[in-house]
Amino acid sequence: MVNLDEHRDLLKHSGLEMFSLCRKQLNKARKAFLNHDHDLAEEVIHTENRVNSLDLKIDRDCERFIALHNPVAVDLRFVLALRKINFDLERIGDHAYGISKYIVEIDTPVDAELQESLQFVHMYEAALSMLDDITVAFKEEDATMARKVFKKDKLLNKINFESFGVIAEAVKKDASKIDQYLLLFSVIKKIERVGDLITNIAEEIIFYMEAEVLKHAKKKVANKS
Amino acid sequence: MIDMKEKKSVIDSSIQRTYKLQAKDVKVYYGDFMAIKGVSMDIKANKVTAFIGPSGCGKSTFLRLFNRMNDYVDNFRMEGQINIDGKDIYDKNINVELLRKQVGMVFQKPNPFPKSIYENVAYGLKIQGIKDKTFLKERVEESLKQVALWDEVKEDLNKSALALSGGQQQRLCIARTLAVEPSIILMDEPTSALDPISTAKIEELIYNLKEKYTIVIVTHNMQQASRISDNTAFFYMGELVEYDKTNKIFTHPSKKQTENYITGRFG
Repeated sequence: MVNLDEHRDLLKHSGLEMFSLCRKQLNKARKAFLNHDHDLAEEVIHTENRVNSLDLKIDRDCERFIALHNPVAVDLRFVLALRKINFDLERIGDHAYGISKYIVEIDTPVDAELQESLQFVHMYEAALSMLDDITVAFKEEDATMARKVFKKDKLLNKINFESFGVIAEAVKKDASKIDQYLLLFSVIKKIERVGDLITNIAEEIIFYMEAEVLKHAKKKVANKS
Repeated sequence: MIDMKEKKSVIDSSIQRTYKLQAKDVKVYYGDFMAIKGVSMDIKANKVTAFIGPSGCGKSTFLRLFNRMNDYVDNFRMEGQINIDGKDIYDKNINVELLRKQVGMVFQKPNPFPKSIYENVAYGLKIQGIKDKTFLKERVEESLKQVALWDEVKEDLNKSALALSGGQQQRLCIARTLAVEPSIILMDEPTSALDPISTAKIEELIYNLKEKYTIVIVTHNMQQASRISDNTAFFYMGELVEYDKTNKIFTHPSKKQTENYITGRFG
């Protein structure tokens, strides 16, 4: 029998493990993509099982926490937030996996000029930096830190928006590479989704800390920060 | 059919008010000891209001103010005002016996009289001088049905109430309270001596009763407070720390002290 505080600490520890694992997956997917590294992409694909099993473990532990301790107030918000954070992190892991699958499937490396104009490096950097901020926010239970990611997410949205024009231009120049362009567009969408998932995590941390529901009120908060 | 409401009434429930019970800056002393330190609160009609807090915080003392049960305690002294339906129940002209008819009370331990089931329920009516057997029979049946005990005891109404199980005895005590048609029911830890099945029955009963009655319950069981009450008041050392909707108290209370108590971190 574990008491409530110990059980909460264990859950938080597992949550931090999930953060760390998903960050590693996203970073490896970034390196594999930028360097067209098949081996690293394969590694991400194989590690996906670990992400899934940790996801199931956290879900199960959250259920036990609720059943055994009947949490209320801050403890209830913690476990509810952790379940959603865990779900979002698992989805981030899925996107790292999806990007790695593309790398394995395409033979030719991405054209360097196109990679530059689509700002992949910036996108990845912003996503990883958001993930770092949100990990600290979760670890330190710091709602101010969590709010930081809303601003950073705007950069991802901007690059995503601009990519339409860049890809359209590229298609006009050389329509034979349309398969590769569409694939690149998918990768951009995945990184942009990672940003969205991180902002969801930020909302959950704020809910846990301050009992404030930010879901569906993102714009207002982003404007505040 | 005798209309009991025809009899003199201490409180006039005919006027629809938002607040059934009101406490205004209530202070209670037992000799020199100040048990309640200036509590004001309004309790809504037809709602279940739970009082929670650690032992000795004053919640039971506060509950007992509403039917003047503390009057029997030595050295008891109260300041402030308690209103029911807008009327000060500590006014010197109040008939306390009639007040208690309108403000029923259920205690921690079932306390049936050593009489038959029928006599227990009819007791309150008989001491009011009601002798009409048909009326008494109807009222006993109605009250036992209200507490979902009728089907279990209808064949044995003359059996001793003491032969019933603890859960049945507690429902019988609630039926006894309902028989005299109160408008408020005070409950002081009514399920703390009962098993989970009997507790569930009483909780379901409380849920159904709030349609007709205003219920105030003292409980040490946090889950019970969160399951059955509409509003929750947290008392600590004679003070009302927080009083809000139960949903709010159990998800994001405003005061750190409340949060620490309901999450089991002190108290």
